[in-house]
Amino acid sequence: MADEQNKLTFKDFKSKGEVKWCPGCGDHAILASVQKAMADMNYVHEKYVTISGIGCSSRFPFYVNTYGFHTIHGRAGAIASGAKVANPRLSVWQITGDGDSLAIGGNHFIHEIRRNMDITIIMFNNQIYGLTKGQYSPTSPKGKISVTSPFGTVERPFQAGALVIGARGTFFARSMDNKINLTAEVLEVAAKHDGASVVEVLQNCVIYNNGAHRYFSDKEFKEERQIILHDGEPMIFGKEKDKGLILEDGKLKVVKLGENGISIDDILVHNSGVEYSGIHLMLATMEPPFPIALGVIRNVDEPTYANELAQQIKDVQAESKIKCVDDLLLSGKTWEVK
Amino acid sequence: MDTKSNVDEIQDVVIRFSGDSGDGMQLTGSLFSDTAVFSGNDIVTFPDYPAEIRAPQGTVGGVSGFQVHVGSSKVLTAGDFADVLVAMNPAALKANAKWVKSGGTIIFDKTSFTEKNLQKAGYIKDPIKEDKLEDFKIIEAPISEFTKNTLENSDLDNKSILRCKNMFALGIVCWLYNKKLDVAEEFLQNKFKKKPQIVDANKRVLEAGLNYAETIQAVERHIIAPAKIEKGTYRNINGNLATSWGFLAASEKSNLELFIGSYPITPATDILQDLALRKDLGVKSFQAEDELAAVCSTIGASFAGDLAITSTSGPGLALKTEGIGLAVMSELPIVIIDVQRGGPSTGLPTKTEQADLFQALYGRNGESPVVVIAASTPSNCFNFAFEASKIALEHMTPVILLTDGYLAHGTEPWKIPSMKDFPEIHPPIAKEGEEYIPYKRDEKTLVRKWAIPGTKGLEHTLGGLEKDETGSISYDPENHEVMCKLREEKVKRVENYIPELKIEGNKDADILLVGWGGTYGQLATATNEINKEGKKVALAHFNYINPLPKNTAEVLSKFKKIIVCELNMGQFVNYLRIKFPEFKYDQYNKIQGLPFTVVELKDNVYKILEDK
Repeated sequence: MADEQNKLTFKDFKSKGEVKWCPGCGDHAILASVQKAMADMNYVHEKYVTISGIGCSSRFPFYVNTYGFHTIHGRAGAIASGAKVANPRLSVWQITGDGDSLAIGGNHFIHEIRRNMDITIIMFNNQIYGLTKGQYSPTSPKGKISVTSPFGTVERPFQAGALVIGARGTFFARSMDNKINLTAEVLEVAAKHDGASVVEVLQNCVIYNNGAHRYFSDKEFKEERQIILHDGEPMIFGKEKDKGLILEDGKLKVVKLGENGISIDDILVHNSGVEYSGIHLMLATMEPPFPIALGVIRNVDEPTYANELAQQIKDVQAESKIKCVDDLLLSGKTWEVK
Repeated sequence: MDTKSNVDEIQDVVIRFSGDSGDGMQLTGSLFSDTAVFSGNDIVTFPDYPAEIRAPQGTVGGVSGFQVHVGSSKVLTAGDFADVLVAMNPAALKANAKWVKSGGTIIFDKTSFTEKNLQKAGYIKDPIKEDKLEDFKIIEAPISEFTKNTLENSDLDNKSILRCKNMFALGIVCWLYNKKLDVAEEFLQNKFKKKPQIVDANKRVLEAGLNYAETIQAVERHIIAPAKIEKGTYRNINGNLATSWGFLAASEKSNLELFIGSYPITPATDILQDLALRKDLGVKSFQAEDELAAVCSTIGASFAGDLAITSTSGPGLALKTEGIGLAVMSELPIVIIDVQRGGPSTGLPTKTEQADLFQALYGRNGESPVVVIAASTPSNCFNFAFEASKIALEHMTPVILLTDGYLAHGTEPWKIPSMKDFPEIHPPIAKEGEEYIPYKRDEKTLVRKWAIPGTKGLEHTLGGLEKDETGSISYDPENHEVMCKLREEKVKRVENYIPELKIEGNKDADILLVGWGGTYGQLATATNEINKEGKKVALAHFNYINPLPKNTAEVLSKFKKIIVCELNMGQFVNYLRIKFPEFKYDQYNKIQGLPFTVVELKDNVYKILEDK
């Protein structure tokens, strides 16, 4: 890329102001991952734009040194879409939460994905409304007790990955706030993907939903409960790397290597680039007793909205006789009064 | 063609074409309008059509109409009442008979006046008697039957044959007003280039209509002399197209690319459509998923440095409310076009009204000032779209441009301007290398600078939270008050950059009519006529609503009686009462989804004057 250079570091993206998230909040780690990814990508500094909605995570633009826009609740996707269409050369990062993107902004979220807007969307999923102090969110598990569901929710939660794939998403990845390197790695792939790249980061709200992701992040069991996907590699996990995923009767199944004659050759090999989304959907929606899938789950090439629009403009301009407003005004049916 | 001896000259005529919404009445009306214009007349047209695309055939709800006012001098309105009504079926007669001048001419398609159709329209047997039309000049023309006869030997199927019947009606009207058929023929030739059969059929029916009228010689024939019109190149334009093109002009003069983010909504949709066509001029048209995304994508495009606009109507403006507040707070230039329709709620989608004024002025949370301007004729929508963009860009503020259903779809001939006569637009764009403080203001205008992402060294963060001059979030009580007042004052100071309010009509009058926006044609005509009738009256018509022209109080102070006329329950008059409580105002309001008629304006002005 012509805009690339070789001097940016993590520090170039450090906020000038004070970061005001709660001590121990998972957001701090995600911020560090983003700053690392931006530096590693090495675009010119002024190309980066971060756009957010409302919520704890959405304070992000104030804490990263780029062009930024902290907007209104749920609308970051629409605002980011406008910015990207206006100037496709910008590297646009949308920062959003589970409430911002899946509740109040759900419509914009699915449509920017459907249009394959070239935007890197980082969704901080803490399964709670933090900034308004602890109401359940569209990703809170059914039965979640919160101030607005004192007897437990009776709602089924969204699965972000299923929604993304349902909206014909071309990119979906997942990480966890405490995995700084994985998050940065995934973000860089996401930012380089041409199209809408959704990265769901499981984030811990220490105040209102502490330990929401504990089942997966628990130190003792995490190797058994997480699978980190890498392209071209078999889907194995576990402390002993002895478990794997196979497809049986059209469904995923966890198997143990060596048991029932299962060998490494029987294990599914990850391919994030296959257009068919069936396996990606299964991986993105795995729930216990399956491990949770982390890494880049889906990453397929499709034309992006802004590029297609820019090309269309070029094509029409090449054909049209109308080159300026005067030409337009005098086109079609006119007459002289003498 | 006839000799001119039995043809008398008239000043103007109003013709209303009406039929089922599938009968092609909009086309017939436009073709007659073009014909009149090409023969040198001035015109104003107004379509009147139902919200349903195809309401049940033959019912009053499905009637589509098109009115054209043709004159031998400057015409300002589409006319109150029709001199001639063309009704293609009983429902069209039922819906429109009340819009015909007493004693006027009614031409209807006798073939379609079957028992079944009469009943569908709500007649029992004899529409002439039932609607008391005995004093009208009735031409019972067997339009469908003669269309069929004309095309007896053609290969077209019955349905295609009947589709030509609107041309028969057009032929009749062309004969009545001594107009040639060449404009219509040329149109048909182009429209159906690939279907010579259809061209031929329509032309034959058109001529048959003309010959029929000549043969029956049923009513007297008239001629309308060419109007004295300023020299130049002209075209017909409606308000929505003029609006769209005005933004293209602003894009060119500001050297900024044009972005439109809109959601389809009647009667504003044409603006998105017209601009989507203009990829050749680089327009980035974005059909958003909803009104919220429409305004928000517009804000995003503005943030990224485009001339960014969004078009809508009242219900859409309501949904855009929060977004506009963000543009106010972040002080980004956007233009929101509200093509007003009857409200509240879904209201009267295809009808005109001026009841969104308060929504435009005040419909946001917090102290949230925006510039509000209103176009007043179909063609000056071009100028006000340009002006709205210029103000937005040079003053870094959202601007709401109000038009309405009447302006949007009304057409008039327009002397094509040249771009060299329009001023350059100079947005305050911050340059690389300068020190950038996001909310540092120009002393004179209070306008902040616009640092566009991608510019080296000007990285900054904007947002919807209250902030201080540096853009940092600030909950400081005093800062909030300062910022609110600065935003208000910035908008107020736009008054230094807009023209003064003009007085039309008799400047020595004691009585001032006041209007704003799309009612100009009717108010100016009423003002002229009242003066001619001997009563002195002046007119002040507003295009700039917020801020108001600086000389507003001075103008109002010159008159003993101020009568504010608007198509709502009194929003502008109440706005004036707040701004200038020192004056006394009378008001005349109408909320029928229809433009004023000149007659009712005059009647009510006289009535108000008597009541004093």
